[in-house]
Amino acid sequence: MGRHVATVDLPGPVLTAAGCAGTGRELAAYGDLSALGGFVTRTITLRPRPGGPLPRVVESPSGLLHAVGLQNPGLDRFLATELPWLVRAGARVVVSIAGETVAEHAELARRVGQSPGVAAVEVDLSEPDPLDWGLVETREPMASGLVATRIVATCRRELPRDVPVLAKVRPDPLRVLDQALALVEAGVDGLVVGHSLPALMPDGRHAGLSGPSLFPVARRCVAEVHAGLPTLPVMGCGGVATADDARAMLAAGAVAVQVGSALLADPTTAHRISAELAAEPAGGDGAADGAGVPA
Amino acid sequence: MSTATGSTTAGGAPDTPTGPRHVTGEILTTKKVGAYQHLTLAVPDVAERARPGTFVALPAGEGRLGRRAFWIRGVRTVGGFGSAVEVVVDPVGPGSRWLAAQPAGTRLEVTGPLGRPFSLPRDPVSCVLVGEGYSAACLFPLASRLKERGCTVVILLAAADESRLLAALEARRTARSVTVVTGDGSVGRAGAGSSLADLVGAALPEVLARAEADVVYAAAPAATLARVAGAAEDAGAWSQTALEQPGPCLTGLCQGCAVPVLGEDRVVRMVRGCTEGPVLRGDRVRWDSLGRVPTETAETAGGGAV
Ligand SMILES: Cc1cc2nc3c(=O)[nH]c(=O)nc-3n(C[C@H](O)[C@H](O)[C@H](O)COP(=O)(O)OP(=O)(O)OC[C@H]3O[C@@H](n4cnc5c(N)ncnc54)[C@H](O)[C@@H]3O)c2cc1C
Ligand SMILES: Cc1cc2nc3c(=O)[nH]c(=O)nc-3n(C[C@H](O)[C@H](O)[C@H](O)COP(=O)(O)O)c2cc1C
Ligand code: FES
Repeated sequence: MGRHVATVDLPGPVLTAAGCAGTGRELAAYGDLSALGGFVTRTITLRPRPGGPLPRVVESPSGLLHAVGLQNPGLDRFLATELPWLVRAGARVVVSIAGETVAEHAELARRVGQSPGVAAVEVDLSEPDPLDWGLVETREPMASGLVATRIVATCRRELPRDVPVLAKVRPDPLRVLDQALALVEAGVDGLVVGHSLPALMPDGRHAGLSGPSLFPVARRCVAEVHAGLPTLPVMGCGGVATADDARAMLAAGAVAVQVGSALLADPTTAHRISAELAAEPAGGDGAADGAGVPA
Repeated sequence: MSTATGSTTAGGAPDTPTGPRHVTGEILTTKKVGAYQHLTLAVPDVAERARPGTFVALPAGEGRLGRRAFWIRGVRTVGGFGSAVEVVVDPVGPGSRWLAAQPAGTRLEVTGPLGRPFSLPRDPVSCVLVGEGYSAACLFPLASRLKERGCTVVILLAAADESRLLAALEARRTARSVTVVTGDGSVGRAGAGSSLADLVGAALPEVLARAEADVVYAAAPAATLARVAGAAEDAGAWSQTALEQPGPCLTGLCQGCAVPVLGEDRVVRMVRGCTEGPVLRGDRVRWDSLGRVPTETAETAGGGAV
């Protein structure tokens, strides 16, 4: 039984999260990519980016701090090499994109949409520090007419109707529903909540915080959006590391989960969760009852 | 309680399976040797795939989400357990200290073998192997493979002191000659006052010249590798350097371990130390830009503003 996400039916509810699953080839050594609900690419920009200085990823007591700086080969090389490989491997490819301007998003969406085998586009609207990396400033309150909603409307317009636009938003429980409402008005087909939280590296540089500490925050965001927009497909992302985490996220209203930093400790995590959910969707101990989740 | 029934070098026949596995392994033996802890890990389906220069990723203890890399020092067949890998742990920080303290019987999630191995010469050429501290671990399986191919092997071992000098005796069995350099002068050439990188840099030209080296293989901290790469170039030899670049996943997923490397097209790219490395051509690594993003990368040349 597939799950309805926007206009695609993913074969399962477990995807990889952007920037945590390499190019796909590395993960494929541990499990068949077609066995996952989907493969989200690292964020692709129009031009190649070398990324930032080291250390790029540092352990913190509650998760991982990261400042990779969007290293990626750029759209041309991605479309020529990485995307065809993923499609051949049978992955349901969700292409994550980010741009320096709204016009760049239009070009990214148009060219990704013209490529065969793309299951969805995920617009990264929630980089912890967009300005550090020269991206469009998307930290403003999201209301119609503002840049984040213009980006989504533009991508929606440039993409074929059967390629859904997902927006990845910051895990901010108090504002996430307002964001979602504005993005729905702009034509978004589904939401990913969320990204990492803005943080500082030990050396004082800007970073994002990911991992287990995000889980209850991301889950709260999912619940908030689900309460206000019960029919909007929402993927829960943040600290998912076990099948019980995934069940709890689904119980809060998510249609799917994305697994990020847990893959860095164990590259089989997404496959393992996926297999466990398929075998026991509700969990052995009723974990999916979602006790305490409103609505 | 060693139940070893035989010993082979890392790296099997060309038709043995390659690529990493993620398995639950078990510490079979753990023994303090000098300053280091030597571990034997039973790891089903991993040992057979090892090649000289590959490593395993091990956990770093409760609450630490990243993994730690350890060179595969050797592969052995252990009665009742199938194959096992040997690693040498220098207990320097919280993760390695945790690992060194685990008793035999501890079960661990092991990923490996990871990384690109040393490439082996097709012809029986003259090879100089340079190893510093625990890093020299990955040179022992390499030395055996080179010897099998009829290469002459000369070894330069460096360590801060005798307790960090890895198996000089064993090295003497495979190598035609072994030169030892210690930072405190406790064994081999004295060098109090200068850094190990400087000592290696000073000793190397003579070693390379005497061996008429065609290829230099090195495993050491980056400062020493940079000196080795330079000395090899001066001597007209190829160098292959095994670089330890920090990174949390070690499986190629996160791009945390980027190394600036000059490509065939003379353009610098940021490659993953754990996946395109850890063994990289010494003349291709931009040693003076390690840890930074050089301004002249392929990406920036392509116009990417960062
Ligand atoms: C390819 C490779 C092979 C290695 N082989 C060995 C080996 O055979 N024996 C051994 O004792 N150690 C080896 N190391 C280093 C080891 O993986 C750990 O990084 C080291 O033990 C420090 O971890 P820690 O938690 O104790 O210290 P911490 O200082 O707490 O480490 C914190 C972080 O810094 C990183 N870091 C610290 N020192 C190094 C280093 N020298 N190289 C890379 N990253 C570092 C760690 O990975 C970790 O993410 C290797 C590293 C790499 C990349
Ligand atoms: C090393 C690393 C790199 C990441 N790169 C990206 C990226 O390129 N684009 C993006 O949208 N999110 C990126 N993220 C964020 C993750 O996709 C995810 O939203 C976040 O880490 C929370 O999930 P987690 O706790 O499961 O990791 C990255 C996270 C990490 C740890
Ligand atoms: S450490 Fe994650 S890609 Fe190398």
